[in-house]
Amino acid sequence: MANEYALEFDQITKLFGDFKALDKVSLHVLPGSIHAILGENGAGKTTLMNVLFGLYQPDGGRILINGTETVVRSPRQAMGLGMGMIHQHFMLVETLSVIENIVLGLPGQGMRLSLKEHVDRLSVLSDAFGFEIDPYAEIWKLPIGMRQRVEILKVLYRDADIVILDEPTSVLAPNEIANFLDGLKRLRDNGKTVIFITHKLEEVTEVADRITIMQHGTVTAEKAVSETNTREMARLMVGRDMVFEDLKKPKVKPGPVAVSVRDLRAHDDRDIEALKGVSFDLQSGEILGVAGVDGNGQRELAEVLTGLRRPSSGKVSVFGQDVSTLSVYDRRHKTHMSFVPEDRQQTGLVLDLPVVKNAMLRDFRSWPFSKHGILHMQNARDTATDWVKRYDIRLRSVDQHARFLSGGNQQKLIFAREVECAPRILVVMQPCKGLDVGAIDAVQRTILRERSRGTAVLYISTELEHILSVCDRIAVMCSGEITGIISPAEATSERVGALMGGISDADAA
Amino acid sequence: MMLDAIRTLYILRPVWAVLLALFVGAGLIAVAGVNPLDAYQALFTGAFIDYYGLAGTLVKTSPILLAGLAVIIPLRAGLLNIGAEGQIYMGGLFSVLAALLLPAMPGFIHIPLCILAGALGGGLWGLIPGYLKAYRGINEVIITILLNFIAINIVSYVAGGPLMQEGAPYPYSNEIGEHLWLPWIMPGTDAHAGVVFALILAIATYLTFRFTTVGFALDTIGHNPQGARYAGIKVRRTLVITMFAAGAIGGLAGTFEVLGLKYRLYHLFSPGYGFDGIVVAFLALLNPILAPLSAFFLSGLKAGALVMQRAVGLETTVIEAIQGLVIIFVAASLAFTYNRSYWTAFLKRRRMLDDTLDELEANRAGRQP
Repeated sequence: MANEYALEFDQITKLFGDFKALDKVSLHVLPGSIHAILGENGAGKTTLMNVLFGLYQPDGGRILINGTETVVRSPRQAMGLGMGMIHQHFMLVETLSVIENIVLGLPGQGMRLSLKEHVDRLSVLSDAFGFEIDPYAEIWKLPIGMRQRVEILKVLYRDADIVILDEPTSVLAPNEIANFLDGLKRLRDNGKTVIFITHKLEEVTEVADRITIMQHGTVTAEKAVSETNTREMARLMVGRDMVFEDLKKPKVKPGPVAVSVRDLRAHDDRDIEALKGVSFDLQSGEILGVAGVDGNGQRELAEVLTGLRRPSSGKVSVFGQDVSTLSVYDRRHKTHMSFVPEDRQQTGLVLDLPVVKNAMLRDFRSWPFSKHGILHMQNARDTATDWVKRYDIRLRSVDQHARFLSGGNQQKLIFAREVECAPRILVVMQPCKGLDVGAIDAVQRTILRERSRGTAVLYISTELEHILSVCDRIAVMCSGEITGIISPAEATSERVGALMGGISDADAA
Repeated sequence: MMLDAIRTLYILRPVWAVLLALFVGAGLIAVAGVNPLDAYQALFTGAFIDYYGLAGTLVKTSPILLAGLAVIIPLRAGLLNIGAEGQIYMGGLFSVLAALLLPAMPGFIHIPLCILAGALGGGLWGLIPGYLKAYRGINEVIITILLNFIAINIVSYVAGGPLMQEGAPYPYSNEIGEHLWLPWIMPGTDAHAGVVFALILAIATYLTFRFTTVGFALDTIGHNPQGARYAGIKVRRTLVITMFAAGAIGGLAGTFEVLGLKYRLYHLFSPGYGFDGIVVAFLALLNPILAPLSAFFLSGLKAGALVMQRAVGLETTVIEAIQGLVIIFVAASLAFTYNRSYWTAFLKRRRMLDDTLDELEANRAGRQP
């Protein structure tokens, strides 16, 4: 029985400070199978794989490889043990050819390099697995799907028996996905063990043999895919009894439609369609939540609304006026839209400028920050000092660079700036990510106060509890589409999980 | 208190770098067989104290300061303008064209026209890399470097071809009318009003960065272009305008060389002032108000080199080496950034050591009654 599992995790625990990223996680992978690990963002999937690959050391538990207890100290050792990991972001040198990338870093090569020999070995390998590729093609000329194939070949070339893929389909175009899943099956049929991390239910049902479902650092289920169905998987993934804090939201009668979005389509930075016909209405005095697993078009939606990204088709109107042609500046000042971006450090703030200048960032061209192009720094300083007091931003001085504020204080500063200008529309994205409890509370109270003031709020987040406790309605996004808009009362874990996994109400019926 | 003192030491790091460069340079001078003190004395007297020497320094300060501004302004927005040299040449060319080809008119109209033409020439030469960078994503460093050669050769062609004075021994144009000559600021010398104009521009640039929304936008782009875009700043358009403005200022450097000093278009009329501008920019820590100081110093080194050669018989190549040292040391000094928490921790450790020593001392004293 010793060799029943190719890989076994026994009660693995990993702590980050007081935070339990992995709590007694056990996992059993059969040799020659495709094993999916399913879970939301932050469920601990990637941490688990990093433990396996020697990037983190576990604080408890054992790892067994082919029945032997093993301590993995480094990725190099993990590779020696026959494991190969394919990261979400490819680790390829774009100016080099396929074969050069595959040979790069290969141990035991000495001073002599005969690419020809390697090409021959590679073609045997790629024929065996049906991964056709031109070994002399340069990486930058290849489409994303082919680059992924290079990554897989790189791992196979190092004689890996266990191939681990972290969210492999998130970078692929839809037409590449089917091809990729076929490739996984061929790997399995050739005796390799495949572990693949995902949050997409359809992919699991299509290719996986067994599945481990994780949630908040624990395993909620491990079973054969044939014994379960998407509904159950969705419930186990989102699961928990949906205890959410009742924030005692004041009753606000929603006003007129503030933002109307119709059949919006847009491409992401890799030119893959990220929004595939999104439509919704957002009323004044209402908080519309946008839930979904990260990377399903939420960022693109926020960027299109705020004018940072050009849509490929569709229409956005604000109080009945088409805003498609308005610049970022005009959207912010003519339609009174405010935006709290996801990336507060790279987008929301200029870290190497003082707090006072960051406070001016949105409205530096208007009174009281400036007049006729001349800055009024004393006004700015007074305003910033006032905000610091009222929003409880902890800092030494407003001349301090924003870089030296803690994450929570940075976020409070952004909120002060985006809310004090009395917006009519507020788009917030991942507002509580990485914040402590106190800061989360401050942020949510600010958002609810805006709602009472009659602001239309679009609240994009991957944190379901936050959405449930703050929002009036919840739109769930999956693969660039809104799979359903429901009220918090209707939001059972099964329903939300199914919507997040891409099974819309229409499909389920 | 102590922290402030340490911080000041950090802020003054270009000064330490220059002093260190001069110190190492003294070694070079000694190796060349001259007393370094004599050499430096000759150098600094010749550059800054002697009346004619000072005038010579100011003559060079005009183009070097303007070139420095042409580097500083785009660099604040994150663009590296290596093309000031080319912009100087185009500025000189356009101003000479305006001076020689426009119909006769009084000086008070004609001079501003020549200056505007020069600024336009340099501006166009900055506009090209600005546009290519902002809208086509092409590296501005490469484009500006390459445009230098094109500008230099265009001027060589024009000065040696269409505009060449008849019977001239080497390529230069006809002389411009005397009514176009810039006024002198030191009687009996070559020092002309160009340096005054450059100083005013430096102050204006400083005020723009310090007190206007334009400066705010440029600094924001320079620190975080993505944040600038989010803030509603039109990043691409601003970059193009910035490069035009920088090119125009570079063009003025060439213009004043023509109107204030040479009175003709010579081929190869700038000995690399555009590249000196890069040194000025870093020596001034990208602060326009410090640019005049750093340009004045660098010009002094150049002007004083000849005096030194005459006085103590030292080759000017030694001065070129010292200029190189200044650049290397200043560039290296920029790597040292003030880290408050590091120094706070350091001072705390020091205090703890003192406390411990005090305790030990007290114990010892206690044990020996």
